[in-house]
Amino acid sequence: MPTMNIIQAVNDALDLAMAADKDVVILGEDVGKFGGVFRATVGLQEKYGEDRVIDTPLAEAGIIGAAIGMAIYGLRPVAEIQFSDFIFPAYDQIVNELAKFRYRSGGEYPCPMVIRTPFGGGIRGGHYHSQSPEATFAHHAGLVCVAPSNPYDAKGLLLAALASPDPVMVFEPKRIYRGPAHGTNWSAHPKGEVPAGHYTVPIGKADIARPLRGKGIPVSLITYGAMVETCREAATKVEADGIDVELIDLRTLVPYDLPAIVESVSRTGRAVVANEAPKTCGFAAEIVALIMEHCFDWLQAPPLRVTGYDTPFPYTLEAAYLPDSGRVATALRSVARYK
Amino acid sequence: MAASQPPPVEIAPLRVLRADGTILDPEFIDSVPASDIARLYAAMVAQRVYDDRMIKMQRQGRLGFYLACTGEEACAYGPAYALRDDDWMFPAYREPGVALWRGFPLQTWVDNLVGNCDDPVKGRQMPVHWSARAQNVVSISSPVGTQIPQCAGTAYAMRQRGDDAVAICFFGEGTSSEGDFHVGLNFAGVAKAPAIFFCRNNGYAISTPYEKTTATPHIALRALGYGIRGQVVDGNDLFAVIKAVREAAAFARAGHGPTLIEAKTYRLAAHSTSDDPKAYRSREEEAEAAAQDPLPRLRRWLEAQGLWDEAREQQTQAEASEAILAALARAEAKPHPPLTTLFDDVFAARTPLLEAQALELAAHLSSGDSAYRASGGH
Ligand SMILES: Cc1ncc(C[n+]2csc(CCOP(=O)(O)OP(=O)(O)O)c2C)c(N)n1
Ligand SMILES: [Mg+2]
Repeated sequence: MPTMNIIQAVNDALDLAMAADKDVVILGEDVGKFGGVFRATVGLQEKYGEDRVIDTPLAEAGIIGAAIGMAIYGLRPVAEIQFSDFIFPAYDQIVNELAKFRYRSGGEYPCPMVIRTPFGGGIRGGHYHSQSPEATFAHHAGLVCVAPSNPYDAKGLLLAALASPDPVMVFEPKRIYRGPAHGTNWSAHPKGEVPAGHYTVPIGKADIARPLRGKGIPVSLITYGAMVETCREAATKVEADGIDVELIDLRTLVPYDLPAIVESVSRTGRAVVANEAPKTCGFAAEIVALIMEHCFDWLQAPPLRVTGYDTPFPYTLEAAYLPDSGRVATALRSVARYK
Repeated sequence: MAASQPPPVEIAPLRVLRADGTILDPEFIDSVPASDIARLYAAMVAQRVYDDRMIKMQRQGRLGFYLACTGEEACAYGPAYALRDDDWMFPAYREPGVALWRGFPLQTWVDNLVGNCDDPVKGRQMPVHWSARAQNVVSISSPVGTQIPQCAGTAYAMRQRGDDAVAICFFGEGTSSEGDFHVGLNFAGVAKAPAIFFCRNNGYAISTPYEKTTATPHIALRALGYGIRGQVVDGNDLFAVIKAVREAAAFARAGHGPTLIEAKTYRLAAHSTSDDPKAYRSREEEAEAAAQDPLPRLRRWLEAQGLWDEAREQQTQAEASEAILAALARAEAKPHPPLTTLFDDVFAARTPLLEAQALELAAHLSSGDSAYRASGGH
């Protein structure tokens, strides 16, 4: 099986979708001739033409607004927003239009389309190339939100998004685009193996990224996106402390996989939830609330969150800001030792 | 790499019919069958009666909200007539005529005003925010201008699919200040999409007069900045509006790209039932504008042709009044949309969360302590 990084997996999914369905079009800033600033659409314009891989004017509201108009007419647009930090000029089109089109038209105008956007820090991008705005979209009814954490899921979720009858936002973990950790590549990672043909990863289903080993105090560790690899590292760290981590990769934020969360936490009785975004109203807050509502009787300790701080995303002090495996490990120990 | 021959921007208002009902462009009149003109006029008269009655019904508390197009009827019925049924239309909120002309049932339109079980949007939006899929008229939302880039995208899709259709969107001159106006026209201009941007310049954005909206003397001049065709038209002249939209559609279908049409008109009524224009404009100004009213102007011409008279006017008004009031009575007698629809159409299928919330609501409604039940909901 070929190994791919996340960029190659996304490119492969788009290529397959465009070959299979001429209604699939890609639009965004620099996606065509250049192949995108992260190179996710490289070679596609050459293969499918300028009318299907559209270099748009620099205007996010125009990209999403036009994509909506294409989608309600029957095309299947994949809009790229270059960095999720720059999605806000299109916030109105996404929240008031895309999310509500089916509902507000009584089902007359469904609007199935995909928005791909890289999110998260760790690339020395400062305030405006590092943010994680996924919770602000998960909050608005009508948007499916997914966040793959590896090449296999990136391809499978994108192909599932392209077949979905609903608008899907794909938050791509740009820090791990090319390798699960700085200076590594995906070839040694089991999820770096990506089947060549068409397959899908189901929307709404979480994945157990690391099962319990059966030795030590069990803790459920729940996260998504680039934080999956940070949390995996933390799980390895706390093995020595007699802590046995079940790592759950949510993969889909909306609609989230509640049974998977409840099943795990009711078994372990302890939970840590991590997201890279600031703490207040971050997606981890929602997961912790669900755990309290659904797993209270089984809990051995209050669930903890590990998140970014409630500051704008910094440049020089980025490594201090980002939740690292040490902070996750500390939270795991605290939850495991709670009396 | 600027286009060597930029499309023209015409700011002398396109006119076919003078205010006194005489004709400037007889050749154009020959291109519209007389019977169609009488039908269009009758539809515009009916629209005015609908607006008048619905404003009264809102005052009586029978509608939550209403918004009339009085004085601007030609800006809806003209484009609807000029285009083909496979051309898509994106209305703002002041053009019910675009759908009614294409056969959107009056009853369905009124069902939306009431928000009952037969409202096409299932009571989910305020009155005046309808959707008419069968007529290729797109769902209306409140945030102004959002339909402009969407229209550009639909036009793009039409060409991409090899369809020879065009997409038109409607918006007010106030809305032309929104960013979506800019991004929509710019996108369509670059793509040479077969789109028509129809700006109803009715002088006001609620209370804000044109002079506070823009320093440009004509919205249509902005077409220059996008390298697209621009056309000012007398928006109170049904014939001129039809001519302008026909020309824009032909231009678009020929692959030359979009046109920005600015229709100069006047909002004779209040912005909506929540507004009182006395606070911001003079009676003299309103009287002056009323002299340009598109309906009497067209009627003068029709009467001169022997196609209309006072008896037909009376009959048309009486029939429209009866039809709209009967439709309202029928709409009021219908039940609310079923409660289950609250959770439908968020997604194609209900998510487990929505299923759970539907059960929660059902339990709450049977608890005996529900505001919905207390307000008479059943
Ligand atoms: C984004 C947004 N801002 C404000 C409003 C409130 N609002 C509704 S209509 C309107 C005025 C629009 O004026 P214009 O575009 O000239 O259209 P007209 O009502 O004159 O037809 C305003 C401010 C809104 N609906 N959407
Ligand atoms: Mg106006």
